[in-house]
Formats: sequence, structure tokens, C-alpha cells
Amino acid sequence: MSARDSILGRLRATTLAEAPALPDVAGWFAQHSRKEDSTQRIARLRSALEMVKTEVHEVTPANWIGMLLKIAHDKGLRRILIGAATSHGDALATCAPDSLQIIRYEQPIEVWQDQLFDGVDASLTLARGAVAETGSLILWPTPSEPRLMSLVPSLHFVLLDADTIHTDLYSAMTAEGWADGTPTNALLICGPSKTADIQQTLAYGAHGPRELVVLLRHPQGAAV
Amino acid sequence: MSKVIAINPTQDFKDRSRQVLNNPAQRKNFRGAMDFLQAKRRSQFQDQDELQGLRELGSQIRRYSLAHLPRLLEQLESNLTARGVQVHWAQTPDEANAIALEIARRVDAKRIIKGKSMVSEEIGFNHAMQAAGIEAFESDMGEYIVQLAGEAPSHIIMPAIHKTKQEIAQLFADEVPGVTYTEDVDALIQIGRKVLRRKFAEADVGLSGVNFAVAETGTLCLVENEGNGRMCTTVPKVHIAITGIEKVVEKLDHLPPLLSLLTRSATGQPVTTYVNMINGPRQPGEKDGPQEVHLILLDNGRTQAYADVELRATLQCIRCGACMNHCPVYARIGGHAYGTTYPGPIGAIVSPHMLGLGSTYPLAFASTLCGACNEVCPVKIPITDILVRLRNEAQARPENQGVPLRGRGTARRTTVSAAWRVWSQMYSKQGLYKLASWFMSRGRALSPSEQGAWTRSRTPLVPAPKRLRDLLKDLPE
Repeated sequence: MSARDSILGRLRATTLAEAPALPDVAGWFAQHSRKEDSTQRIARLRSALEMVKTEVHEVTPANWIGMLLKIAHDKGLRRILIGAATSHGDALATCAPDSLQIIRYEQPIEVWQDQLFDGVDASLTLARGAVAETGSLILWPTPSEPRLMSLVPSLHFVLLDADTIHTDLYSAMTAEGWADGTPTNALLICGPSKTADIQQTLAYGAHGPRELVVLLRHPQGAAV
Repeated sequence: MSKVIAINPTQDFKDRSRQVLNNPAQRKNFRGAMDFLQAKRRSQFQDQDELQGLRELGSQIRRYSLAHLPRLLEQLESNLTARGVQVHWAQTPDEANAIALEIARRVDAKRIIKGKSMVSEEIGFNHAMQAAGIEAFESDMGEYIVQLAGEAPSHIIMPAIHKTKQEIAQLFADEVPGVTYTEDVDALIQIGRKVLRRKFAEADVGLSGVNFAVAETGTLCLVENEGNGRMCTTVPKVHIAITGIEKVVEKLDHLPPLLSLLTRSATGQPVTTYVNMINGPRQPGEKDGPQEVHLILLDNGRTQAYADVELRATLQCIRCGACMNHCPVYARIGGHAYGTTYPGPIGAIVSPHMLGLGSTYPLAFASTLCGACNEVCPVKIPITDILVRLRNEAQARPENQGVPLRGRGTARRTTVSAAWRVWSQMYSKQGLYKLASWFMSRGRALSPSEQGAWTRSRTPLVPAPKRLRDLLKDLPE
């Protein structure tokens, strides 16, 4: 008998006295989810992100590139990684000065892994949304914006649209129907990488980005 | 990486405990670390009603998942397979290592980079790979430190919790080429980062654990702060995930309450830096991610626990470590004294299924039964009830009825059992009790001065010169 059949056989041989009902997760969140408006959600998200050393800048469709370029200049960034074919990446590429080299993630990782690990200062990706409760950014990497963009470069810019912020993880995954189709890799990111493995002392920049910068983009005309 | 400390099953448990108890510096480390983790957790659960409600929900989800375990495992397998993940089943650590080794050999792997996985510790993965000539390198900072020191983790969440920064500074200076002694934690972490970045890029296979596997979507969910878990599961061309069969839940929406309980209970964080949900290998058109993803589902005694309605609760565990952080015994002796992969209260109740009661029963006795573990357990495992049950099983007749339990009756001693039988008779029959207490008070001078463990640090027990019955008789009317 295969290991699989043996294990399943042993589990099935056990008679269960109780057959618990499906837990009422929806009921719990209906009662406990925060009832907050957009302004309150933004404030909660900001505060949760800032608790873990994340810079949050409120921007508009008109000025986000200017803000990113200013931060890049102030931090002395020289090479920034953008997606292969994204409107926000292309928009940045059009405006970038000569001092900021644009690198596009166009090739499979095998072709240029060394350059990604050693020759890129920062990256820009778009968030699918965010979770206010915990300050988590939702990223669903795509062929245009692959997984390693949010992991390898030392600084990670995330462009987040203010109208995509959910109250909590449960409301995000139910509102967007995640259970009906998840991508190869889905991520929640809250802050730059960190560790407290040496004598419980918090240190940032463990294996992933050392810095996380969120450009929180409000719709055109909205008060910032 | 040739240094290896063999952690023996628990025959020497008492000796190791005494060693730590006699080491004030180490006790101070543990106390400080436990106080820190307790305070962090407390700060996350200010609202008692929310905490109790969430624990109940978490417990319901885990009990529901276990009740439907065989079905959920098949559903998980079928959904993962549909997404291109190869699912393997292993009954023993040897089988699990053989599966991993076969995969590694097929892709001609020389180096395996590892994210944090307690199950890989449980099966002795690193040693098995080394024996086959394949390097297995730990990438979690705590695990990296512990591996560099040739030790085993002493805590399931904070592997190097037993080490001070001075010790780690010395270790890095001694073991990492080109490093000079520094106690600056940021600098130490950057040293680790630099060494390990190269390892991620060079590795052929990435190994990780799994925090939750979701059956309905075929999702492997991993939580972490460092980013090494994402590196291990994204950079190498092959990703092998290994987990115990109990980690499966049915619905994707079972994750939010469990994730919240896990990170808040473990390290007092509302969420970890990364929640990584993996649904398959690299798809056509995608530019990174592993070409192959494998999942190894390990039994290693879990089906034994499953077979018993009371012991099954052991499998509800989500491995947060809160029980050890709040355990007065763990806080004093630390993780290594237990001698098992999983230390603390959860280790005491889960290890007997992996290793047998024969070598692990002393752990069930290493508890004051104060119940702190029960109170903080995010999925409400009745840990002390299970400890008492295991004590009884260790001293039961081996041929006892009930579900098979490896090592049942190991601690049974005919003399002890006979003494308790006499005690039980004496205390349940009035005439016998009267007679025996008369003899004991008269013969108190014959009480032995050496009374085993009791007299190691206490004065001997001696019956009172007069029985209560006699005192009452002498009382003036």
C-alpha cells in the first residue's frame, strides 16, 4: 500500500463522535469588522505602515511621478526596476532624468539574476489594494510585474490607489472573490523586511527590501 | 557545517534541566526573552472579549478541519495537482527525506537553501542531505546562527533565543570569513544578509515549511518577517514545501482569523511583514518563480494522535509558541533541555506521537499543570488535560485497551503501582485507614531520612505524632 493510502486509511479508520459544523467566519467579521469610512481606513493604514518604518506619501495622478523622482534624488538612487509593460512604469520611464537609469523586467530571471541582485537600487510596483486593519499591501505579481520586484531591490516603491483600501483581510478576500481564482503567488506586505532574531532586537533590512515607500494615490480632484 | 550536536531523546532530561538551572546567565536570558514575548502578546490582545471570541473561532476552525481531515487532504492534493504542484506523502522522517533527496538528485542539486521549517528539523533534513553530499543551508537569521554554532533551535519561533548578542558577535567573528567582532545588531544582520544573498542566488532547491494549506484553492500560506521564506520559494528553480498532514484548512476565509491569532500570539505582531500565498509553479509567460513546486505531507505519528478523541486536540496546534513563552518550566530550563524538536508544553504533548512515550514521557511530568498554556493557546488545546492523560498512559498497563499508543506503560514500575494500590485500599476503607494511621503515628521514628526526589531539597516527610482522630478525642467538650 502506498504511503498516501496508508495515511488516509488510518485517518478514515477513526470514528469521529462529533461532526462540527462549518465555523461561522462571516458572522464573526459581520460583528467585529470595523465600520470605517475611506478617510478612517486611510488613517489606519498609514499608522499601521508607519509603525513598521514605512514611508507613506499622499499623492495625486498628476504629481506622483514628481514625488517619486524627488525621493529617488534625495536617496541617491541610480537604477530603478519597473515592470515590462505597465502604464505607471512607462509613465515613470518617460519622465525619469538621465541620472536615474530605468531597468525593465523583460527577461526571465535566469538571464539576468546577477544584475537584479547586485545592480538595482529600487523597484516600483502597483499594489492591487491594501488592508487597513494590519497595514498590509496586497500584491498579486503578474508576468509584467514579477514576484522578485518586491523582494530583491533594496528599496521598494509601491503605488497604491486610495480607493482600493479594504477594512480587513476578510473583507478584501470576500469583496474581490479570491477563493474563485488566486494567482500563482499572492502577497501581503507590511513594511520593509525585518528580524528580531538577535536578542529580540528589531533590525530592518533582513533579506528583502531595507526600505518601503508607499505612494498613496488619491483620485484626481480629491482633497489630499 | 560539520559540527553537529546530537539531541538525544529525553533520557537525560533531568540532567540537562539541572545544568541550565545552575547557569544564572542563561536563566536571565530566558527570563528576559519570555517577559518580552509575553508583554508583546499582551499588547495585541487588549480587548478580552475579542480575544476569547477569536480563540473560540480559531478552535472551531481547527476542530472542523481535523474532523474532515482525510477529505480536505484529498481536496488539497487534487487542487494543488491541477495547478502543477506535485504532492508527495511520507509516513516517516526517512520517507520524507528520501522523497526530497530523489527530487534534489533528479535536478542534480548541490545546494539547498532553507526557509524556516520545524518539520524539516523534525525529520533531520539537514543531516540527511549532508549525508548524501548535498549542502542544506539555513537562511532564517535565527536558524543561520544556530546552524553556524552547530546547535539545534531552542524555540519554534525564535530559534536562537538562548544566545546573547555577545555570543552571536563572537560566533560571527569566529565562523564568518572576513568579519571582525561587532555587537551592533544592525551590523550583524547585514553580515548575515550579505552571506545569505549569495546563497539564495546559488541554490538549486529551496525548502520551506507551510503555516496553512488551503484545500479549496490549493494554496500554501507562509508567514515571515525576513523575506528569506519568499527568497527560498521564489529564486531557486525547485521549491519543496514540507508540512505535517494536520496543517490543512478547508476555506480561504479560514485564513484571516487564524493568521491574526498566529502572529499576535507568537510575536505580538498584528501581521508579519510577508504573508506569502503560493498556488503553483511558474506559469507560461511568468518570468520568475520556481519551475517545480513539491509538497511533502508528513505523518510521523500524527495519525496516532488523530485516532484518539482526546489526543487529537494536539493536532489543532498552529505552532505559535505562546505556550512555551508562558510556561514557568520552559522559562527556567529553555528549549534544549527538552531534547526534542518541539520543546515546551506543545512539545511535551506532540513528541510522544513522533518518538514514542518510551523516551518522551518525562516531558509530560515536567509541568506544574498551572494551566498558563491552556489560557494562551489561540486554538484552545486543553494542554494540561493531555499532559495528565500522557502521565497515566506512561504508567498504564502496556496491554491496556484503547487506541494503540507507542510506548504505553514505559514508566510503569511494579513497586510504585503496588504502593498506589495499597494507598487506594487504605484510603477507601475506614477500618484499614484507622489501623494504618495508628501504626504510622506510633512508628514515625522509622520514617526514612532519604525519600527520593523529595529530600533532595526538602526535609523528610514524617507522620504526625497524633492522628487528627486522637487530637479530636483529646479536645475538651
